[in-house]
Amino acid sequence: MKYLDEFQDPDLARRLLDDIHSVVTRPWALMEVCGGQTHTIIRHGIDQLLPDQVELIHGPGCPVCVTPLEVIDKALEIASRPGVIFCSFGDMLRVPGTGRDLFQVRGEGGDVRVVYSPLDALHIAQQNPDREVVFFGIGFETTAPPNAMTVYQARKLGIRNFSLLVSHVRVPPAIEAIMQSPNCRVQGFLAAGHVCSVMGIGEYPELADRYRVPIVVTGFEPLDILEGVRRTVLQLERGEHTVDNAYPRAVRPEGNPAAQAMLADVFEGTDRAWRGIGVIPDSGWRLSSRYRDFDAEHRFSVAGIDTREPAECRSGEVLQGLLKPNECAAFGTTCTPRNPLGATMVSSEGACAAYYLYRRLDITTAPLEASPVA
Amino acid sequence: MCLAVPGRVTEIEDRDGTRMATVDFGGVVKEVCLEYLPDLQVGEYAIVHVGFALQKLDEESARQTLELFENLGMLQEEFGDPWELAAEASGPQWADNEEVPQEAQQ
Ligand code: SF4
Repeated sequence: MKYLDEFQDPDLARRLLDDIHSVVTRPWALMEVCGGQTHTIIRHGIDQLLPDQVELIHGPGCPVCVTPLEVIDKALEIASRPGVIFCSFGDMLRVPGTGRDLFQVRGEGGDVRVVYSPLDALHIAQQNPDREVVFFGIGFETTAPPNAMTVYQARKLGIRNFSLLVSHVRVPPAIEAIMQSPNCRVQGFLAAGHVCSVMGIGEYPELADRYRVPIVVTGFEPLDILEGVRRTVLQLERGEHTVDNAYPRAVRPEGNPAAQAMLADVFEGTDRAWRGIGVIPDSGWRLSSRYRDFDAEHRFSVAGIDTREPAECRSGEVLQGLLKPNECAAFGTTCTPRNPLGATMVSSEGACAAYYLYRRLDITTAPLEASPVA
Repeated sequence: MCLAVPGRVTEIEDRDGTRMATVDFGGVVKEVCLEYLPDLQVGEYAIVHVGFALQKLDEESARQTLELFENLGMLQEEFGDPWELAAEASGPQWADNEEVPQEAQQ
């Protein structure tokens, strides 16, 4: 177990692993929902340290990966318009739309700017009153409150040249969609810790009950993941299916009430398409009618864009845990981080990128361009 | 971008009626909005995501996480220059483009 040296507390890691090895009697398939967790797992080889009976299935929790192609194409279209300053988080720059990405739009003269926070985009709008400033508002329940606050501020300060291109998604409906899929093999979930920091754990007991599936709120560090796996496997071995919080240092059961109140004010529920997966009912947010003026889709007419997904990309199956990235024929051959076919090969949280970066090339023999993080 | 990083509040001020803080992430300093954690005080730690403090954290776990992220190069991923990262990932065809920052051309 050479990897164990890299753990922050190798002794604790060893004890958690021993514990998992000693309780497992049967095969179990667990899904880590969050892309950040997928990266920790692959980076530290956690899946290889676990007993063979415990399989980790990678979930749809990469916000960049699940943003629908149609929305990316709308972003590219808006960003190309003269007079527009298009602001985005850095992760979106190389996500392929139909034929190009934001990085290329900037190369062609578009004013694309990367911000650390949505408030930075609002600031840019204040400084450029004669320009239209659009912020690309994607992400899960962790990112939605900052974006909601920014729109709230824009309204409060009377900033009229600011709008949001919104594509927010929520985790619980995705869990539900995965459990309802006829091919579903998932028997337990490691729920995304930071989503729960905001939303609390109140949405999960009903899901755990209905699908008889343990849901363990899990953090992002290697030891957090091991602890999450340990608690999930324990429940499964005992035939239990409850919601358990293995990340109490950052997750209070009630979450963050101030953030939830702002979400309820600025957004309303809507059906959302997930890239590669399709529409999941009531799985996202859009701006509520009070904030319609700040909706970039209303401000710019971007309907009727011809959107085409590369046929060979199987990221939808990857995102649902039905296919491991290296089982995709394009993986490492026609699809690499340099020439990505799907968002899951671009995003720092995408499963295909994780497999590529950490050399899980069991199937392909393609030459490597990227080297693993030391 | 779904990563949230723990940081320590070093200063708090009111700006345009909004409670804002200066937060230190193991050396990288950023402006952070405290509207979702209005009780947070100077010296305390919180989990920060895209410029917003979302949940309070005890000092011990915050320090440990920061140290880990630093060792794994994740702070660079979160706070590094995204254009540079994008250019690097896009490969040599960008090498002659002046738009790309110098460091990305190596
Ligand atoms: S390897 Fe590339 S083509 Fe295959 S699923 Fe992943 S992103 Fe799509």
